[in-house]
Amino acid sequence: MAVFSGLSEKLNHIFAKMTKRGKLDEYEIKQAMREVRIALLEADVNIGVAKQFINSVSEKALGQDILKSLSPAQQVIKIVNEELTALMGSTNSKLETSSSPTVIMMCGLQGAGKTTLCGKLAVYLKKQNKKTLLIAGDVYRPAAINQLKVVGEKAGCEVFDMGQGNPVEIARKGAERARSFGFDYAIIDTAGRLHIDDTLMTELEDIKKAVNPAEILLTVDSMTGQDAVNVADTFNKRLDVTGVVLTKLDGDTRGGACLSIKAVTGKPIKFSSVGEKLTDLEPFYPDRMASRILGMGDVLTLIEKAEQSISEEQMKKIEKKFKENSFTLDDYLEQFDALKNMGDIKDILGMLPGVGNKIKLDNAQVDEKAVERMKAIILSMTPKERRNPAILNASRKQRISKGSGTTVQEVNQLIKKFEMSKQMMKNMKGQRSFRF
Amino acid sequence: MGFFGKIFSALKKTKDKISEKLSALFSGRRIDDEFFDELEEILISSDISVTTSMEIVDELRERVKRDRISENEGVVAALKEILTQTLEKAEPLEIQTPAVIMVVGVNGVGKTTTIGKLAAMLASGRKSVTIAAADTFRAAASDQLTVWANRADVKIIKSSEGSDPSAVVFDALTSAKAKKTDYTIIDTAGRLHVKSNLMEELKKMSRVVEREYPEANFYKLIVLDATTGQNAVNQIEFFDEAIGIDGIVLTKLDGTAKGGFVVSMCGELEIPVVYVGTGEKLDDISPFDKDEFVEGLF
Repeated sequence: MAVFSGLSEKLNHIFAKMTKRGKLDEYEIKQAMREVRIALLEADVNIGVAKQFINSVSEKALGQDILKSLSPAQQVIKIVNEELTALMGSTNSKLETSSSPTVIMMCGLQGAGKTTLCGKLAVYLKKQNKKTLLIAGDVYRPAAINQLKVVGEKAGCEVFDMGQGNPVEIARKGAERARSFGFDYAIIDTAGRLHIDDTLMTELEDIKKAVNPAEILLTVDSMTGQDAVNVADTFNKRLDVTGVVLTKLDGDTRGGACLSIKAVTGKPIKFSSVGEKLTDLEPFYPDRMASRILGMGDVLTLIEKAEQSISEEQMKKIEKKFKENSFTLDDYLEQFDALKNMGDIKDILGMLPGVGNKIKLDNAQVDEKAVERMKAIILSMTPKERRNPAILNASRKQRISKGSGTTVQEVNQLIKKFEMSKQMMKNMKGQRSFRF
Repeated sequence: MGFFGKIFSALKKTKDKISEKLSALFSGRRIDDEFFDELEEILISSDISVTTSMEIVDELRERVKRDRISENEGVVAALKEILTQTLEKAEPLEIQTPAVIMVVGVNGVGKTTTIGKLAAMLASGRKSVTIAAADTFRAAASDQLTVWANRADVKIIKSSEGSDPSAVVFDALTSAKAKKTDYTIIDTAGRLHVKSNLMEELKKMSRVVEREYPEANFYKLIVLDATTGQNAVNQIEFFDEAIGIDGIVLTKLDGTAKGGFVVSMCGELEIPVVYVGTGEKLDDISPFDKDEFVEGLF
């Protein structure tokens, strides 16, 4: 995933210069911080927030005898990392609950992604065996109610609507229904509105009074620019929101808006939305995000994902096979499946330390379809061929290409890739323990 | 004072309108280096890209020196002139009939609403308009567009959710050719510019238009949300590379964000802003006026 990769690229570049120097003076820290500031601004971090951040980091960097330390760059990275984490909030937050039903109210500008988020939250809660009622409170945008109904159907939960009625009434009646029918959660979708639209902001205040929600989630497009502070501040002042959800983080935005929002509201960022599927919702981990900003990769998430999709046993089996040099195309196939379980390949590559900024992921064009084709090629081989690809002659290759709907060239490419990874694994063995 | 407290008070200042900041900056100040640094920050805070802001300030610094400008009014005038000249680098777009207008953009920028308003505006000149509901991905997108088509009183061609968007485009073009429709407007699903498979889909739709209706003038408009930050430039670059962008529609200008990033787009990419959207009513759309836009920034 390309989140923040631009910023990490820049910071890495700055710190790479520092590493080369060995020792630093005050002036050089100032230079580095100037570049950090530009990087932050280019990442849409609000000017005020960026300035304050730089001051705070510079103070700490100087105060900690950085000039005497052995690795100044490392120490600066550590401080920047700590400050970024502190700025975004130190731990992730869970959803508040109240006596059933827990009412969650959405709010945000037009097009931030509220309706889709309602469905994603419902799916998220369903995984925890919670029953959710979606309440269609957007009576203004054409077909918004229909959209919520379709989303609700996909998420497998009931949708309450009263057509184009009064949103406050709809919210009240919906919450009542959730209470009397034993729903665990009631999620109120609301119309997108500008923070300066007084009438519509008052309407939100009225909904809040009517249903007393446990959570008021401000949905913010992660591509938002400098204006994010105005928006977040106004919504927070009028509604006292309980948390923020960042959407569209699967783009290449650096997402600096989340730093600004956190700074101006002081409210936790609870979730991030990372794709168009209803399952594409993740808790927001400030520490991981900070590591990502610094190009240290989102190792925590990656390990978690890997553990979910590859069992310890499988790992040992693969490692053993490498050691014995008996890694076959069958094992290769298994790896493809494991990779698929882990999710989008781009996401995984983006989480690896160093990869995010070394390869431009968008240019790398990791194509899941290509993986499917490679799988098809292996599946078109006989067990004997999979064990010993050396026996593949021209006519066998032709048969395989026909069977898998590919070309002989693609078959050749796959064999080459397989041999290469085999060789790579062999070289890596002995260096350090290797995970997948 | 804690970290958040300090940030908050720092924000108090930046929160105010750019115009107020500018007038504060320009009133009774010496025009020195600090002045230019602050000006640069003001430009960045209107989402003009960091590079463009620096260029503008450098240019201004030079003019101030060259023309020996010493009073504030002179600086304001010079700055406005630079901004207007940057916007003028992009040739204005004249849409001529028969026209096929494909509207693209990332999710949630206001494509469907823009099309509704655009259709009404074009239809008001006694012209025939057909809308193609080629957003077959988002739930209820075609329902939403149908409401707009009814409001604008124009024809709509649609298909079921999940069907091939290129097929919808094909149907709309067939109808447009037969009925000699003046404007065919194609709605497309919102897509993040980094999703290569979705960009391929867009290329295909574009090819269908070129192949099926070569006589028509084909315009590809990107819709950009004024609240977007620096990412707007990435968006337009990716879309431009995929299908070639002819013009920009800047939406949600009725908020507090001013969409300063279009200055970079007109200046560097030479892609003009064609329309601006200022609300959710049928007539909340107007042709872009660069002088008005510059005044709006102040």
